[in-house]
Amino acid sequence: MLKSLRRPVIALAAIAALAVPAAVQAHRVWMIASSTVLSGDEAWVTIDAAVGNELFYFDHVALRGDFAVTAPDGSAVEVQNEHTGRLRTTFDAHLEQQGTYRVAMVREGAMGSYMLNGERQRLPRGLKAAEVADALPEGATDVQVIENNIRTELYVTLGQPSETVFTPTGKGIELVPVTHPNDLYAGEEATFLFLLNGEPAANIDVLVVPGGSRYRDNQGQMDLTTDAEGKVRITWPEAGRYWIELDHGGRGGAPSEDGGPRSRAAYTATFEVLPL
Amino acid sequence: MTQLRITGITAAALGAGGVLAGPAGAQTLDLSIEIPRLRVAEYHRPYVAVWLEKEGATPRTLSVWYDDDMRGNEGTKWLRDLRQFWRTAGRAMSFPADGISSATKAPGTHRMSFTGGNGSMPRLSPGNYTLVIEAAREVGGRELIRLPFTWNGSSTATASARGSNELGAVSLTIRR
Repeated sequence: MLKSLRRPVIALAAIAALAVPAAVQAHRVWMIASSTVLSGDEAWVTIDAAVGNELFYFDHVALRGDFAVTAPDGSAVEVQNEHTGRLRTTFDAHLEQQGTYRVAMVREGAMGSYMLNGERQRLPRGLKAAEVADALPEGATDVQVIENNIRTELYVTLGQPSETVFTPTGKGIELVPVTHPNDLYAGEEATFLFLLNGEPAANIDVLVVPGGSRYRDNQGQMDLTTDAEGKVRITWPEAGRYWIELDHGGRGGAPSEDGGPRSRAAYTATFEVLPL
Repeated sequence: MTQLRITGITAAALGAGGVLAGPAGAQTLDLSIEIPRLRVAEYHRPYVAVWLEKEGATPRTLSVWYDDDMRGNEGTKWLRDLRQFWRTAGRAMSFPADGISSATKAPGTHRMSFTGGNGSMPRLSPGNYTLVIEAAREVGGRELIRLPFTWNGSSTATASARGSNELGAVSLTIRR
């Protein structure tokens, strides 16, 4: 009885996995700060980090990883009082310099599979791109690797906004402000320049979703695309927090031009828009 | 000591030279700001910023009222709640700001007088200006009033308005 049931269930699950649209699987990764525009000689901010569907509610799991806070002068700010609960991670940062800080979690690595003795094997989880060659056993064939660079960021400014933390590293998708992300106001148009591996990220979809979806019947999202220069213009319909996502290559990765591994680069950030 | 005093006199003399562009005397801007008495469970005196805008020119902050006597300059933490002031000028200033910032004020009508070319008040050339008054209160609201006026350089100009929550009657008179 049980055995006969198992087969159709497996078959159904396989079909379901194919049929489920990407949006349903795609939990959103986000961080929010207690404040993004601050005044005074020094200030504290607390940050929540989570993975979930609704913005910005703790409805799935905590975001885990290495959080890095960078000061306007490029130095690392200590992540303090970090705690990971079931539904969120929270930590504090003490801002002691005037200017703009970046709070980031960058996940870089490689995932993939290979054929060995007629069976497909997965590469171990948490592998760095440079470690792939060593992780492949003797006789592995049909190697499929996707190199990932996934950034989750937010920005916080004490006093006058500065741009030093936006100096690109040339890896993954990065934001270069045209409009400063801590100078956003309802009804105004902001322009952001995005880079992909240091080059203008042209013609990439930009998803903009306002927070507070629990109290709305619709997502209210904006589907935009970067132009040939990698720029996107966003007019904020109202004050609040907005979540932004750019994804190049998607889960399957984009093929590389020189026949190397496929690659995926993604960027998510939370921006705060203030009432004018 | 003597040297310092001489320097002081020199600076004052230079300043006077700048103000005395013509023989007709100084520009005076008189300002009246009413802070309404509010019946609320928790009342804090509002932070208030007053600045002058002219198209194409850097806005000039005339006055900022905030908790300037808190230990460790703690009162500056809430200056950002004067959102437009913070964006327009505040975040580029350091506090306390000499001749500009002062303590918060109690409900009532507060009168201020500024002289062109003196302290925070620039000497105004003829043109269209907007005086902006923004108030933000802890555990309260925020309100911003814009008073546009045209200054032709000689005759008196006035402007007035009334706020609806954090500000009461506000008015200005400029004359020379």
